[in-house]
Amino acid sequence: MTEHSAFSARMHRALSLIRKETRQIIRDPSSIAIGIVLPVLLILLFGYGLSLDVTDVPVAIVLEDTSPAATDLAASFQLSHYFDAQPMTSMPRAEALMLSRKVDGIIRIRPDFGRRINLGGAEVQVLVHGVDANHARIIQGYAQGAVSQWMARRAAQGYAMPTGPIVVQSRMWFNEANESRYFLVPGLIVLIMTLIGALLTALVMAREWERGTLEALFVTPVRTNEILLGKTIPYFALGVIGFVLCLVAAKFLFHVPFRGSVAVLTAASVVYLLVALGIGLLISSAFRSQFVASQITVLVTFLPAVMLSGFLFDLRSMPAMVRLMTYVFPARYYVALLQTIFLAGDIWAVILPNIAVLSGMAALLWTFTYRAARKSLA
Amino acid sequence: MLEALYRILALTRKELLAILKDPRSRYSLLIPPVLQCLIYGYVATYDLNDIPYAVLDQDRSAASQQLLARFDGSAVFRRIANLNRAADVKSVINEQRVLLVIQIDQDFERRLLSGRQADVQVIADGRNSNTAGTAIGYIGGIVDSFNTTWRREHGQRSMPVRLTSRAWYNPNLETRWHMIPALIGTLTFIQTLMLTGLSVAREREQGTFDQLLVTPFRPVEIMAGKAIPAMLVGIVQATLVLLVAQLWFQIPFAGSFITLYAGLTVFLLAAVGMGLLLSSVATTMQQAMLYSFLLIMPFALLSGLTTPVSSMPMLLQYVTLINPLRYAIDIAHRVYLEGVGLTLLIPELWPLAIIAVITLSAASWMFRHRLA
Repeated sequence: MTEHSAFSARMHRALSLIRKETRQIIRDPSSIAIGIVLPVLLILLFGYGLSLDVTDVPVAIVLEDTSPAATDLAASFQLSHYFDAQPMTSMPRAEALMLSRKVDGIIRIRPDFGRRINLGGAEVQVLVHGVDANHARIIQGYAQGAVSQWMARRAAQGYAMPTGPIVVQSRMWFNEANESRYFLVPGLIVLIMTLIGALLTALVMAREWERGTLEALFVTPVRTNEILLGKTIPYFALGVIGFVLCLVAAKFLFHVPFRGSVAVLTAASVVYLLVALGIGLLISSAFRSQFVASQITVLVTFLPAVMLSGFLFDLRSMPAMVRLMTYVFPARYYVALLQTIFLAGDIWAVILPNIAVLSGMAALLWTFTYRAARKSLA
Repeated sequence: MLEALYRILALTRKELLAILKDPRSRYSLLIPPVLQCLIYGYVATYDLNDIPYAVLDQDRSAASQQLLARFDGSAVFRRIANLNRAADVKSVINEQRVLLVIQIDQDFERRLLSGRQADVQVIADGRNSNTAGTAIGYIGGIVDSFNTTWRREHGQRSMPVRLTSRAWYNPNLETRWHMIPALIGTLTFIQTLMLTGLSVAREREQGTFDQLLVTPFRPVEIMAGKAIPAMLVGIVQATLVLLVAQLWFQIPFAGSFITLYAGLTVFLLAAVGMGLLLSSVATTMQQAMLYSFLLIMPFALLSGLTTPVSSMPMLLQYVTLINPLRYAIDIAHRVYLEGVGLTLLIPELWPLAIIAVITLSAASWMFRHRLA
């Protein structure tokens, strides 16, 4: 056989495997559900629904003082769009509202507020419903901000209202508007790629192992690397579709700033997808049972992508031990890349090390997978 | 009637054996919930405990040193670099070497001593705007306490308004107290849904479901035989999470266990109903697995676990009304942290009961008409 015809035979074999696998994806509604429906659903939920930003917090404002200063402060809470403030004069009523979760906080202006304001140390109490700690902390911050703004306005109106002496002027780079959507939507790409690349692939391959159809394939003239290629290329394509969907939605639907270059983002995503596929293949050939393979895949790919990647919970919030753990999972590198390429731009000092680690992981995983598949043949 | 009960019991026993006899599946039911609970307990927090920062101190005065000493003395702020030029700010932030830069202008001390207001500039990396906001909040706290001390030491009047804060049910505002009780519902939901879905799908895929159908079992009995073991596993998993919460994280339990388990039972009925409904649609294990994922993701996101329901748009808030997980998380929080009794849980219990009735009767219809 000449070299040329050997190559074309190989191509032919890989192509027919790809065709078979693609048909299988298209025929099984559950693959489409995970490959297309879930990404779209997640994009819409994250883009429109979920936000870590809080406005119109329902609070009760208890006015125990009738001085002009107290009334003025209460009015400024009512005007703020951060609060949906209900004024009242009785504390028990406010507490009842909080017990039934009608309000998330109580702002209490104490009886001697008007008198003390000129002496210093007039008291404003903020009571928050602490069950959702993050939400509660945001409310405390807003209350602090509302009071500071009120003091600044009074000072501007000519009241003796000493401030400071130090005032913090803060600026947030890359996300001046402070929109959590700007980091949630890019971060979403990591979830979708992980689901398609690792979970779907692991399930499909585990099923073939479980039913013995993969062994049947191995006794045909098809070679190991052709089988691997034929099995993974359709899922790779599905992952790319998910990626493009996210990218288009982020840019045109949610107007997330995109300051890097598409080429770099695509390169990073292809490498991550290879890593995810590699993990899926490896787990399925190690466990060969759909149930166990899917449990393990969720545990080592999907959960780390949500929890240990910096997508939702910042890596800097974690105890040192857990932070060390995050280096093992590929998702953290991809999230760093996504956030930087989207919001900050092509910053090579961030991009190169992260892509290097991901490439190393991909190479390692594919070598293992190839070996594992070869060995099972022998 | 009694015979039906025996049959259901026999099926339950068989089902439990099928789940528990394989060590791999046994461990995959018990280890992941505990492991996840531990990881979430440490990870799922929006509090920061390490903020690397850089300083651009253009004043280099006693006052600026005094302010910066407060940052270095705090447990969270970690100074990485002292910058000399404003141009350096860009690179340390871009390259993510620091989360923020504190910039102090030249006339800082002079302004302070002359009784004027002095600005401190903070430039934060907003790639994760939530983190940046939290860090800026921490800076505000440190500067406030510096201000108070400074005013006292320099004979100035104390600040006109003093804000005191208290939090109900979670005095130190620990995110963990929110997260772990919520996991009692979440982890149980995930496992129950998958277990019910997969156990029916496995029988259908392997053809043993047809064998079950030719036995004297009626479809509804088969359904009950699938539902009860899943609920039992769910209760055991909820207990595991509860144990981790109390023994490992030592989150004080304010309510009564009877109330909690009563609420959980209603919730598990709803969850199992969804799982059975799903299993009647899925013909293979792969489909059962992927469909349950397709359900779990939006349910988890719209449950209040990670973002509060009250800050979702109105339309989505209505969608959460059919989400059993939302009620389960509410129940877990209210019983665990607020210590409410059964009567106060009625607003959460009746929607769950309705979901359970609808899903279970729909599932039994499907079992009788589609599968049998």
